[in-house]
Amino acid sequence: MDTLQTQQVTFKVFRFNEETDYLPYYNTYTLDVTHEEVVLDILNRIKWDHDGSLSYRRSCRHGICGVCAIKVSGKAVLACKTRLFDMIDVFGNELVIEPLSTKRAIKDLIIDKKDFWDKHAAIKPYVEADIAEHPAQENLVSPHDAEKLLEADYCIQCGACHYSCPSLEINEQYFGPAAFAAAYRFAADVRDNASVERLNIVNEEAQGVWDCVKCMECAQVCPKEVNPIEKITKLHNMIFEAGVAKNNVATRHAVGFAHSIDKHGLLDEGELVRYSEGNIGVMKHLPEAIAMWKNGKIVMPWNMPKSKNLDEVKKLIKSSSTVKF
Amino acid sequence: MEKLKYALYTGCTARESTPELLKSTLAIADKLGIELVLLDEATCCGASHLQDYDDFLSLVLNARNICYAEKLGLTMVTICNTCQLNTAMTKHRLDTNPELKARVNAKLAEVGLEYKGSSEVTHFLYALIQDYGLENLAAKVQVPLSQFNIAPFYGCHNIRPSELQNLSNGGENPYNPTSLDDLIIACGGVNVDYEEKNKCCGFHAELQAPKTAAVLTGNAIAGAMDANADWMVTPCPLCHLKLDVQHHNASKAIGRDVKLPVLHMPQMVGLALGCTPAELGLGHHVTKVDFV
Repeated sequence: MDTLQTQQVTFKVFRFNEETDYLPYYNTYTLDVTHEEVVLDILNRIKWDHDGSLSYRRSCRHGICGVCAIKVSGKAVLACKTRLFDMIDVFGNELVIEPLSTKRAIKDLIIDKKDFWDKHAAIKPYVEADIAEHPAQENLVSPHDAEKLLEADYCIQCGACHYSCPSLEINEQYFGPAAFAAAYRFAADVRDNASVERLNIVNEEAQGVWDCVKCMECAQVCPKEVNPIEKITKLHNMIFEAGVAKNNVATRHAVGFAHSIDKHGLLDEGELVRYSEGNIGVMKHLPEAIAMWKNGKIVMPWNMPKSKNLDEVKKLIKSSSTVKF
Repeated sequence: MEKLKYALYTGCTARESTPELLKSTLAIADKLGIELVLLDEATCCGASHLQDYDDFLSLVLNARNICYAEKLGLTMVTICNTCQLNTAMTKHRLDTNPELKARVNAKLAEVGLEYKGSSEVTHFLYALIQDYGLENLAAKVQVPLSQFNIAPFYGCHNIRPSELQNLSNGGENPYNPTSLDDLIIACGGVNVDYEEKNKCCGFHAELQAPKTAAVLTGNAIAGAMDANADWMVTPCPLCHLKLDVQHHNASKAIGRDVKLPVLHMPQMVGLALGCTPAELGLGHHVTKVDFV
């Protein structure tokens, strides 16, 4: 039998009661933890042995219900699935236990997830299909078509990515990675008839996919390996493929790369900004442009460097392009 | 030690808006006796935006870039985090999907190229640490940076997602990265810890979501300032552009004046190795490097 390894850990636990507290505070507990214990075991021990008023959500204890997601030293985790020793390896022997979003805390580690569910509902998270009320046969989806959903189906709506997304933290209109993964899951379903409608929803400025900062944190943090940013990229692609891309700064910013590479191989940075913003919009970048020019950071069009063997690049762009804008 | 030799994929920024990055990279390679062969054939990596428009085209172009490193039989080193991410992601997708690789190679064959998967792709930061070695580097330090508190700013695309990045970054943990801190220490400096060191600078949303981008930049500089940093250092020229050029917009967005000099990773190493400010292109910065 394995011997039980133990380590002493100090837990700084976020406490807040919306009904009685003006400000949150932290309680500190120092406990011996074993290599077998997960974060949820510690929450239970604190509640059962030290302070019965500590509140948190827990249910399945098998990483499938998604309710126990919290943050440990800033990293969003499922409390039931995360070994303490793994956390100690990364963050050391002082761990901070906080709700997924401190500003949404109701009671200790329990948050109000209303914004998460509202955004989930907004992308129409269901198949819309014309199916006979009494179908004569099963409505089959081939394994090949099912594969197109990628791992989007594995999402357990725990909110780990949603409350780790820096773009959403600043712009509360932004739908966030979980809603986009769900949007992709249904947009990619061969039975679905609402694909274009759904693409239009995620194509809107401020709320839509264009506000993604590409930090990759959603892919990193997801406990079910859903890789939401991969689905965000897919939604971008589908928006262009379905021909619903609007002619705006965000779409031109993506398309402008193809134009520039075709012309120079390298990116013409100044031209990309002009093409994306338009001749008038580009003026707002003048202060930065002047400061950069003064310091030798702007290459003039006539000095624009080009990739060697540019004819190859032009040929490949002609033969390998799969969409038009 | 056997002489290190790499194929250098400069990316676009180092040839345009951050000429000081290319200058300082070549300067420290020269000091350390590392040979860098410039991949002048390479194109833009698409900066994580081209693939939103045309994913297959982005794969073909990035595969073509790698082909030229393969032709030289060298490991490709990048000096931009986003180049690193896009190139490494292309390599990973092609190396793990024979059908996709065949489709890409069918296109590359039209111009007489073939992607084999024989070259590794790694950021210069990790090449320095893993191949050259921090101890060897520390032994070459002539001007220890001991009077400076230096805030490392890692940049997303060198550390996330770790499943991909760990193939080349020595197992760096994105929630507590240490490579750049270790490099600061090897250069004799004092590394500063702050919450935003592994967070996003907002660069990729600069045009379409300027407020989001500016707040993220502001938070990063503010975090470094509050941790008493004298200056920041980053391995990514895109982060550098945000932190160095956009501090006025960042200040407006977060309602606080924030500003710190920001060095590229090779500039910091260069200072420690005794390179002159001119050799490191320190005059190109918008936020003036006033401490040298």
